[in-house]
Amino acid sequence: MSETTTTTGATTERFEPKIVAFFCNWCTYLAADLAGVSRIKYSPNIRTIRLMCSGRVDPQFVLDAFAKGADGVLIGGCHPGDCHYESGNYKTLRRFHLLRATLRALGIEDERFRLEWLSASEADPLKVAVNDMVERLRALGPLNVQVPEEAFAEVGEEVAVP
Amino acid sequence: MRIGVYVCHCGSNIAGTVDVHAVAEHAATLPGVTISREYKYMCSDPGQELIKQDIHDHALDRIVVASCSPHLHEKTFRGAVAAGGLNPFFFQMVNIREHVSWVHPDMRAGTLKANDLVRAAVRRVHYHRPLEARRVPVKDAVLVVGGGISGIHAALLLADAGKHVYLVEREPTIGGHMAMFDKTFPTLDCAACILTPKMTAVGFHKNITLWSLSEVTEVAGYVGNYHVKVTRKPRYILEDACIGCMECIEACVFKTGKFDDEFNLGLSKRKPVYIPFPQAVPQLVVIDPDTCIEFKTGKCKKTCVEVCADRAAIDFKQEPKHEEIDVGAIIMSTGFKAFDPKRVPYYGYGVYPNVYSALEVERLLNSSGPTAGEVVLKDGRTPKAVGIIHCIGSRDENTNKYCSRVCCMYSLKMAHLIKERTGAEVYNFYIDIRTPGKGFEEFYNRVAEEGTHFIRGKVADVYPDGDGRLLLQAEDTLLGKVRRIPVDMVVLAVGMEPREDAEEVRRRFNMTCGKEGWFTERHPKLAPVATFTEGIWIAGACQGPKDIPDSVAQAGAAAGEALSLINAGFVELEPNTAFIVEEECSGCKTCIAMCPYHAIAVNLEKGKAEINEVLCKGCGTCVSVCPSGSARQNFFEDEEIYAEIGGVLAYV
Repeated sequence: MSETTTTTGATTERFEPKIVAFFCNWCTYLAADLAGVSRIKYSPNIRTIRLMCSGRVDPQFVLDAFAKGADGVLIGGCHPGDCHYESGNYKTLRRFHLLRATLRALGIEDERFRLEWLSASEADPLKVAVNDMVERLRALGPLNVQVPEEAFAEVGEEVAVP
Repeated sequence: MRIGVYVCHCGSNIAGTVDVHAVAEHAATLPGVTISREYKYMCSDPGQELIKQDIHDHALDRIVVASCSPHLHEKTFRGAVAAGGLNPFFFQMVNIREHVSWVHPDMRAGTLKANDLVRAAVRRVHYHRPLEARRVPVKDAVLVVGGGISGIHAALLLADAGKHVYLVEREPTIGGHMAMFDKTFPTLDCAACILTPKMTAVGFHKNITLWSLSEVTEVAGYVGNYHVKVTRKPRYILEDACIGCMECIEACVFKTGKFDDEFNLGLSKRKPVYIPFPQAVPQLVVIDPDTCIEFKTGKCKKTCVEVCADRAAIDFKQEPKHEEIDVGAIIMSTGFKAFDPKRVPYYGYGVYPNVYSALEVERLLNSSGPTAGEVVLKDGRTPKAVGIIHCIGSRDENTNKYCSRVCCMYSLKMAHLIKERTGAEVYNFYIDIRTPGKGFEEFYNRVAEEGTHFIRGKVADVYPDGDGRLLLQAEDTLLGKVRRIPVDMVVLAVGMEPREDAEEVRRRFNMTCGKEGWFTERHPKLAPVATFTEGIWIAGACQGPKDIPDSVAQAGAAAGEALSLINAGFVELEPNTAFIVEEECSGCKTCIAMCPYHAIAVNLEKGKAEINEVLCKGCGTCVSVCPSGSARQNFFEDEEIYAEIGGVLAYV
């Protein structure tokens, strides 16, 4: 599956983007659970981190994910008006636009940072969103901004392995 | 650190598409992991025992289980960890079933993903701190929304158990759809005979506050402690003064009914002052301001007021009342809407007068209905041939794909009743006859033996034959030819749909709906009446199409679960609240505006933010904006998330 044949006949490894996904506990994480229960197949490139609310996504999480080698970051939250915590997703929305502008200035393409509203019943739209993001990232290629471990250590950031 | 990692096979559910052995081997190489195992069913008793034993034998201090969704078994494993003597929050769950094995058929890719997720959890669990679930007391009352058979049954059970129940019903009377039916399948006992005693019991129960003509407008709070606002629309009748004598109806300036009677679906007329049906509960009349002359012109003779005399129960100036209540649990039993057959115009509903929806025929069959139980055509004749068309608005790509579950059975019932009362030939046009219930198949055989005709085929067209009859054209798929059957009356067996405002209601109660609009249960098998919002249960047809016995069973289940919550007296809440590390807080107040619950305030003396743990619901939004990192969230601390990010990316 991860191999494709080029026109020259040589076999090359297809680029498999790594996507870190932050899903809220009440809507998008459940959409992913429903996709499982419904056996809806989608691209295996995402790695989900569960948070109670998309409002918990600290912009630094996103930067951290890119710095540690993610090719894309996906935030999934409840639809506007549906937030389990009333308004966390609105805060996420504002933050998202600001952060995307910042990332753009840093040369990180818009396609790499995505926000999706996916309710607990939207397993199929989840599949579509993930597959679409993977395709777009595949077209873009790797981000290649992974920061060496020492760089984190230098600025006093804790290294992930305790 | 001594971490135990357990990779579950879930039979072949996980092991079929994830190399669980490789995942366990990978976990064994991770820093801090003392023991890494794979096991067939981690949630089983021996699986949990394995964890307990290992904690003891290997002095483990952190546990990671890679299995299904934490929404399913996080509590199970926390329990096992606690039973092993560790703090239950020294545990992290990895979802490699719903998020991996069931969605990624490629074993190589799935195994790599499972490895990444397990690695993230192992790194995260290092940072877990001991936490304690918060205990809060539970209010001793229950709100039941919707007074159909489900709501009635749930309310009575809870009230009999000594709990105070607020039953809120939108219509002027309780009873719901069941009150409209004549007889119920397959036993043919009369709906009123079994329903009205329960309705009356609701009306008189000392533990039930019944608010008809009322709607819930606001729901705040959390499990065990909901604060609910209810608006009671004016009935223009003083409930305490009206004795239900109905003399005002008699005295109304309209000598006969002039306006469509909602309860009879417009098949009869009512006056502006009316009672929906004779056994209505509460046994009170209601005035419809849209049709009452006094409301429209202010110049009515008010003969109703005259006859009411010194009881003085009529009050044209009544205003909506706003009630506020505190309840520990909520049961939603808001029911369904019958499919509108106008949406499938080729069956001629609304065009040909003798095309009826099944609900209308229920009213015709009902002895207190518009025709006193006579099945007659619009011109008063008795039909000689009747066609019943199944699956209207069900099992249809253009309307609803699902089966409404009740239509086959009520169509059989109607075939029997129509035949019994009119002697007419009855033709059932069906796709499949579905009779999966106790006594259902036997009933089908009985109706077939009585001589009802069954034609397997979807009716393609309904049109007049020129002689005052209607022709039903269908391909009989068993005979393999097209048939045209002339009938006098057509009954459209309409399916069930979510209420029009189900979306609005689910928002108000913070529930979820599936894509069709039915309220979603927490788990289709193991939590069929619970919702994702703790303390709110669903019963009856608001969860999906179902018949009366299933609705009552669900109502009983929901009442039992609500009772279990209330009788415990307290509820344990997730300890994932936010808190402020005082030394690091600069008092900048950024977090305060973020909190939707007003849980954060500034302690003016100290110049620091403070979070009220009771009000905090643990979303973590304040944590993500704190510039100094002094706002933190239990169980979702920054270090824990960073460890997960590094873990899934295999960084370093």
